[in-house]
Order: sequence, then structure tokens, then C-alpha cells
Amino acid sequence: MSLVFGVAPALPLHTAGKYVAAAYIVFLALVLVYVAIMATRLSRTERDLAELQRDVALRREEEADRDREPVA
Amino acid sequence: MSIYGRGLRGLALTTVATITVAFTLVFFYAPLDADQGFVQKIFYVHVPLAITALCGFVFGGVLGAMYLRTGERKWDIRSYVAIHMALIFGVGTLITGAIWAKASWGHWWIWSDPTLTSFLIVMLLFATYQPLRFSIEDPERQARYASVFAVVAGAFVPLNFIAVRAAQAYVHPRVLTLAGGNLPGSMRLTFLVSLIGIALLYSTLWKYEMAAKSTRMRVRALRRTLLGDDAVAPLKRSAAPL
Repeated sequence: MSLVFGVAPALPLHTAGKYVAAAYIVFLALVLVYVAIMATRLSRTERDLAELQRDVALRREEEADRDREPVA
Repeated sequence: MSIYGRGLRGLALTTVATITVAFTLVFFYAPLDADQGFVQKIFYVHVPLAITALCGFVFGGVLGAMYLRTGERKWDIRSYVAIHMALIFGVGTLITGAIWAKASWGHWWIWSDPTLTSFLIVMLLFATYQPLRFSIEDPERQARYASVFAVVAGAFVPLNFIAVRAAQAYVHPRVLTLAGGNLPGSMRLTFLVSLIGIALLYSTLWKYEMAAKSTRMRVRALRRTLLGDDAVAPLKRSAAPL
């Protein structure tokens, strides 16, 4: 393996720059993709919550209607 | 607000500030490495990602042990999220490592290097965690088996690390040791800030995902309380606790 080091001197800045940029872009991309996935899940939770609020309101209306109906 | 959401904003802001400071130090303060030059800057993102990922796997094992001890579902969910996050950080480690290897050694991967190969083995081991969960339908059994796996695999991580450290034939340079290593002061400071930044990122994302899962569970419980069991759709077969 020392041969690998032997043939791998420090890269000049213009060559090394793209590798360094790639590594940091990978890091940022991972974080961004994760945040995007979590944002999608959050919107699903918000949708579920809105649906729940609608269902509860509907049920309350039905109960109120039942209470208003005259007892035979 | 759930316990996971509490303090999340402060933690997120601290994480962003620390990572900003870390990257500023990387590019404007830390000197160029005498051997590798500018390419060595990858060290400040690659090594903290690797350390955080490995600690995340161990953390997942500890949380799994807590589940086995208490039987409380929250520990299984915490363990699942810890391992899930560590896997993401592990993928980052592998990709940034391959880029660094290509730049430094001229190869994307060197199979004969114990550090690289052992990290891949740990990753592959933990990559089976999700399929294991997915293969078990009963939530209780899923949690129990997954926790046992998390404990055993989590214990494997430090053993694997020690074995690699003890190996003699390696190409990975050893810059971090208990005796202080051979990083100059400015590089060590930059590395430590980067490590703290990445560890904070892990904590933030863990809390974020736990808060999201906790909120979804509360919405589900609320629906069941208000509208009855029939109003709650059965959980689909999934590796995730929710």
C-alpha cells in the first residue's frame, strides 16, 4: 500500500478543489434531501390533522342535530 | 408540544451556527496539509461523519437495551431513529471517503484497507436492520427482535473499531490517538469544532424525527379517542414504528 502513497502526491488546487467541493456538496445534499423528506411527512401530518378537525366538527354537528330532534 | 419538540429550535440554531463556524475554520483558518494539500479539507467533514455514525449505532444499541429492560415502546422508537440517522451519516461517510480516496490514492475504494472495509461491514450489518423490522408484522415482536439486533450489532461497533486499531497493515494514517495524535493545534481545533457541529446535527435531526413521529402518534391517538377505533386506518406493514 505504500506504493499507493508513493504515486499520489498532493494534488494542485485546481484539481483538488473539485474533489473537496464534491465532498461538501454531498454532505449538504444529504441534509437537504433528509429535510425535504421530513417536510413531505410534515405536510401529511398536517393533512391528517385537518381531516381530523373536519371529522370532529361533522360529528359535533350530527350530535347537535340529534339533540334538536323532538322525542316521539 | 412533545418533549422532543422542546428546545428543538435552539438546538437547530446552535447546530447551524456551529457548522458555519466549523466550515469557516476549515477554509480560512486551518493550514494546508503538507502532504495532501487542499484535498485534506475533506477530513473535516468525513471523519466527524464517521465518528458520529459509529456513535449513533452504539447509541441505538443502548436505546434498544433500554427497550428490552423496560418494555416501553418509546425506547424502541428512539433506537430506530438513532440507527436510521446513523445510517444516513454512514452513507455520507462512505461517499465522502470514496471521493477523498480517489483524490488522494487515485482509487475510489481500496479493499485491502481495514478501516474502509470494516466501516463497510458495519454499514452492511446495520443496513439489515430495516429489512429485519419489515419482515416482522407483530409490533411487539418487531420491537423486541429489532432491539436485540441493535444491542448485538451496537456492541460489535467498538469491538470492530478496536480490532482495526490493532491491525498493522493499513494505509489509513492515524491522526487521532489517545495520546493526542499528530494534528497541529489549529487543525485539531478545526476538527473538534467540525465534530461538535456534526454531532449537533445528528442530535437535531434525531430530535426532529422523534418530534415528527411523536406528533403523528398523537394525531392517531386523538382520532381514536374522538372518533373511535373504526376511524383509524390500520398501520401498513412498515419497518418504521410509525
